[in-house]
Amino acid sequence: MQDFAAAIAEALRLIATFDADLAEIVGLSLQVSLAASFCAALIGLPVGALIAIGSFRGRSILILLLNALMGLPPVVVGLVIYLMLSNAGPMGGFGLLYSPAAMIIAQTVLVAPIVAALGRQTIEDLRQEYDEQLRALGVGPLRAVPTLLWDGRFSLLTACLAGFGRAIAEVGAVIIVGGNINHVTRVMTTAIALETSKGDLALALGLGLILLTVAVVVNALVLGLRVTAARSAYA
Amino acid sequence: MPPQSAVDGARCASAILPIRGEDLVFERGGRRLLDHIDVEIGGGGTLVLIGPNGAGKSLLARVLAGLVTPTAGQLTWAGRAPDRRCAPRIGFVFQRPVLLRRSALANVEYALAIAGVARPVRGERARHALERARLAHLAHAPARVLSGGEQQLLAIARALATGPEILILDEPTSHLDPAATTAVEELVRAVRSEGTRVVLITHDLGQLRRLADEVVFLHHGRIFERTPARAFLTQPTTDEAQAFLRGEIVL
Repeated sequence: MQDFAAAIAEALRLIATFDADLAEIVGLSLQVSLAASFCAALIGLPVGALIAIGSFRGRSILILLLNALMGLPPVVVGLVIYLMLSNAGPMGGFGLLYSPAAMIIAQTVLVAPIVAALGRQTIEDLRQEYDEQLRALGVGPLRAVPTLLWDGRFSLLTACLAGFGRAIAEVGAVIIVGGNINHVTRVMTTAIALETSKGDLALALGLGLILLTVAVVVNALVLGLRVTAARSAYA
Repeated sequence: MPPQSAVDGARCASAILPIRGEDLVFERGGRRLLDHIDVEIGGGGTLVLIGPNGAGKSLLARVLAGLVTPTAGQLTWAGRAPDRRCAPRIGFVFQRPVLLRRSALANVEYALAIAGVARPVRGERARHALERARLAHLAHAPARVLSGGEQQLLAIARALATGPEILILDEPTSHLDPAATTAVEELVRAVRSEGTRVVLITHDLGQLRRLADEVVFLHHGRIFERTPARAFLTQPTTDEAQAFLRGEIVL
């Protein structure tokens, strides 16, 4: 119990003194997960929008698959990306394995289905509401896409934040493709796993507290967005 | 003369009136909702589509506006097959206005953008449309916080902003209070007096008396009468119309 209290005290000291190692790990974590969330939004939102407005054979199966992909196991994604980026893999020539870029790719694969699936649902709901009015104004299906994306912006941003939450908290994929290399690919979750296994609870707890804070901030942003949207009647 | 259209000529090269439906049939779920309807809408004035609930009024209006494809029959706009690029020349206002999650002004500007109106003049035209509907003071208010009456006036202003040849209103006042109903009716009268063809769907006989020049009476998906409003109210020729006016047909 005494050790635990001491570890917490040390963790708080590390945070308060803005420890260089800790700051580096937090910085890389945010950098990787923000980049992955951005890439996932670039891919996921248009895909979600096209499925939402599209009418084609196999659409229901595609939606089913997309929803199922939201629960992709990170270790499986990590393994697949590892195989693709390894020297023998189709993308081995790029030399990306054990780099932040590999981690961004893995997290993008994890997050894009979340953004696409949640975005699809948002846009489809909005489309049902707007459909007849947009057609009455002479808006075709493709022209409707930017309209729906803009009018659904608050909900879509929430979907992106949910994706960021998933990215920043996952460990399985980034540890496989990043390798948890100190000063290169060590992020909060992989560092927590490593430091805990080494028995260095102070750094692990410090990172855990920061990770929890990030989760709270993300949720506060989601809540803030919803309140802002509701107040301005743009939700 | 109808007001000059704001629609970009390159997008819609022709007029759309008269709108003509020949032998229109619409079936769904084994039920025939429009039953061999022949109708032509051209000229000016206010045509009221009246009939009991489920008569097919709203459906017929949607078919004529090209929003619903009939099961059988032919629809033409000015003698040609409907061209969706000409949709802004038909102003369609729904019973429950669907407003974009934007300001009142942005809602009107959006309609103008779709109609191909150049960006530099959109703002001015949109503001003019709002002034006409007495909504200028609410230009920057989010459209969805407006009252029911204001929302319906905004929907009409948006529909009128592109200078349509015809304005179709589907029971625009059915959920409004008397003051809002009066405001909507005043706007409809003004639009009519400027030469825009108005088609109004209602089952409110008072509104028919106040606004109609001509009446089309529908029942069970068929047109039973098309007569001047006064004649319909005083000398309906069919048993169904007489029963409707006596309040004996509800559905």
